[in-house]
Amino acid sequence: MKKHIISSWIFSGVFALSGILFSGNAIAEEYRSSPWQMGFQTPGSESAVRIFACHDLLLYIETAIVVLVLLLMVYIVIKFNAKANPVPSKTTHNTMLEVVWTAVPILILITIAIPSLKLLYFIDKTEEPEMTLKVTGNQWYWSYTYPDQDGLEFDSIILEEDELEAGQPRLLSVDNPVVLPVNTNVRILLVSNDVIHNFAVPSLGLKLDTTPGRTNETWTNIDKPGTYYGMCSELCGVNHGFMPIQVRAVSKEDYAVWVEQAKQEFAQNGEPGSLPASGTVKIAAVISQ
Amino acid sequence: MSQDHTPTGARRWLMSTNHKDIGTLYLILATFAAVVGGAMSWYIRLELMEPGIQYIDDFQLYNVLVTAHGFIMVFFVVMPAMIGGFGNWFIPMMIGAPDMAFPRLNNVSFWLLAAALVLLVVAALVDGGPGTGWTVYPPLSSAEFHPGMAVDFGILALHLAGASSVLGAANFITTIFNMRAPGMTLHRMPLFVWAILVTAFLLLLAIPVLAGALTMLLTDRNFGTSFFIVEGGGDPLLWQHLFWFFGHPEVYIIIIPAFGIISEIVSTFSRKPIFGYLGMAYAMASIGVVGFFVWAHHMYMTGLNVDTRAYFTAATLVIAVPTGIKIFSWLATMWGGSISFETPMLYAFGFIWLFVMGGVTGVTLANAGMDLAFHDTYFVVAHFHYVMAIAAILAMFAGFFYWIGKMSGYRYPEGLAKLQFWVFFVGVNVLFFPQHFLGMAGMPRRIPDYPDAYAGWNYVSSIGALITIAGTILFFYIVWRTFRDRVPCPANPWGVGATTLEWTVESPAPFHTFEDMPDINAKASVE
Repeated sequence: MKKHIISSWIFSGVFALSGILFSGNAIAEEYRSSPWQMGFQTPGSESAVRIFACHDLLLYIETAIVVLVLLLMVYIVIKFNAKANPVPSKTTHNTMLEVVWTAVPILILITIAIPSLKLLYFIDKTEEPEMTLKVTGNQWYWSYTYPDQDGLEFDSIILEEDELEAGQPRLLSVDNPVVLPVNTNVRILLVSNDVIHNFAVPSLGLKLDTTPGRTNETWTNIDKPGTYYGMCSELCGVNHGFMPIQVRAVSKEDYAVWVEQAKQEFAQNGEPGSLPASGTVKIAAVISQ
Repeated sequence: MSQDHTPTGARRWLMSTNHKDIGTLYLILATFAAVVGGAMSWYIRLELMEPGIQYIDDFQLYNVLVTAHGFIMVFFVVMPAMIGGFGNWFIPMMIGAPDMAFPRLNNVSFWLLAAALVLLVVAALVDGGPGTGWTVYPPLSSAEFHPGMAVDFGILALHLAGASSVLGAANFITTIFNMRAPGMTLHRMPLFVWAILVTAFLLLLAIPVLAGALTMLLTDRNFGTSFFIVEGGGDPLLWQHLFWFFGHPEVYIIIIPAFGIISEIVSTFSRKPIFGYLGMAYAMASIGVVGFFVWAHHMYMTGLNVDTRAYFTAATLVIAVPTGIKIFSWLATMWGGSISFETPMLYAFGFIWLFVMGGVTGVTLANAGMDLAFHDTYFVVAHFHYVMAIAAILAMFAGFFYWIGKMSGYRYPEGLAKLQFWVFFVGVNVLFFPQHFLGMAGMPRRIPDYPDAYAGWNYVSSIGALITIAGTILFFYIVWRTFRDRVPCPANPWGVGATTLEWTVESPAPFHTFEDMPDINAKASVE
């Protein structure tokens, strides 16, 4: 197992490097986490860019607060230990100080709240959707429906380890990725067939529950072609950790071509919402792992 | 003295009405539960040490471990130790009362909790156990997706634990309002008493909401109602609103007693009265009040409408103000002090560090917009372990080393205890700090296996867990040494800084604390 980890790190490292060297190349980029990563994934949409930027602002403020407290503690330890300061002071009140450490945090919070609330309203919904994608959570796979494309619908199921091809990441790859065009306002509607799931793609700034009895709405507009990965982010039962999300973003032209192919490929799926037999078999296989 | 009636054996321990004995029982129960809940978390970290499935190939079992770890640590470790244990032991002593207001109710509270623990263990062992997470969200927790009796046993366990807490809360409130010694005005009470008072009110108001929600879930599962079942006109989000209306105050129920303990210790070892005493007391009270109006920040990703999320963002940010006041007041108490660094004070420093770390990430998570990046990731796991779970554990260690001399009459080995602090403190930071990175990179919580990219920091985190295990074993060795070496502890081992009433009586504190009613007016005011 160890050998496997190390080789996968090396592989990912080489992969990341090639991504840097050949950026702008036709090879579609992979948007997922990398080994020893300490920050966010590379953003792939305006929402993600804004979320990460807003967090950067916060991180400066919070780091400053932590460093301030740390310095105060170090100073206290050095100056006010029993040896250095044998006679304790009797000070127990300082109104000015107390007003300051109440008022200053309020100002800091207002500084945080303004960009934060702007962000919240930006990422909420799109007023001008150019297309709609319906995402259905199931135990334990996702179904994607394209209402604008005659109800094109298919299931997206995790690839087991022996099904992975070279370069396909474990636990993140699926048989049928959801395909979306770039530079398009996509309205995403989320529903569930059983329990609560959560459709999350970190690099696109997407995360929303699929709850039975409700239709939740969010949106995305993907910047660049590439593959964007996510995982179910609400505990949904035994195989919660095994229902990944793989979004393949392509140019509008490629998308149009894909839609026609997909309509034929998934024609046998029949009525929306019905569970294809192949899906059931695969789920059983995953469970029995 | 000689006419004291001191029962022995089973009569003393099973039918106890003495606040100290009941406090001791609570501490023993919490210690036992901590070993069980801790072992579960270490088993989880062992599984997560490397990618792939190593040990837990039954994912329902994995989910049950996650669930039981949460329940046990919240309801059977932190609450019993802080409120039942230290609260019972020291609230009557600190206010100069002979015992709790309702001694027999006190006994009932404890044994209800013991019964609840048995039910919870049964829940984990029948029908595959509850793999719902401690939040028990329906429909996953409904009869359709969790058939069998596991969730029902879990519900009954929480009902009993809740009843135990409500009775205990009523007891504390009555005791603190009615049994203070002459001169012990509300504004002279030690901050630990204030902390327990605020906590008791939170329990009294929050637990009944949980009880109502649990009852609805129970009838949904067994009697054909559909409060949370969509097909019957119910709504899964109703559960989440009710659960978090209880659940958010619950995290303050856990941490406010810790504030109290840390305040006592900081004041004692700085040889100074607490700075801004009234501000500290009312900061706790206001945290308690505001804590009831922020619950839906746990639900930002449920599809709540955007204005609602904006409100809960603003309301949640407000909590940073009183918590900031507490941090700065602790620092100001130390400022100008003559500080000695015995183990309880080291733990107080450790607590403040953890609480500040977890506090600032809490400010991040308060923002609905940014929470999108963090909700249900390891960032949240890191946040709440820093700010609430491990901070509370450090406060419990602090309280243990602060009061063990008073409770047992024996001094603990100081050098070993300092070593134990450093091992445990380094361990928990190595354990939880890398989880911030994992969360930012997008690793979801509650998964038994993860994409290979997350291997590095998970490995580091699990190393931290191993260090924490060493710290825990060392702690039990120190407990054993304390009781084996029997180094007598004086009435007041901490010197002039220890001004609260428990240090005026001998160690161990006598079965009946005060032979004469303490007169607070004659003493230096605790202000």
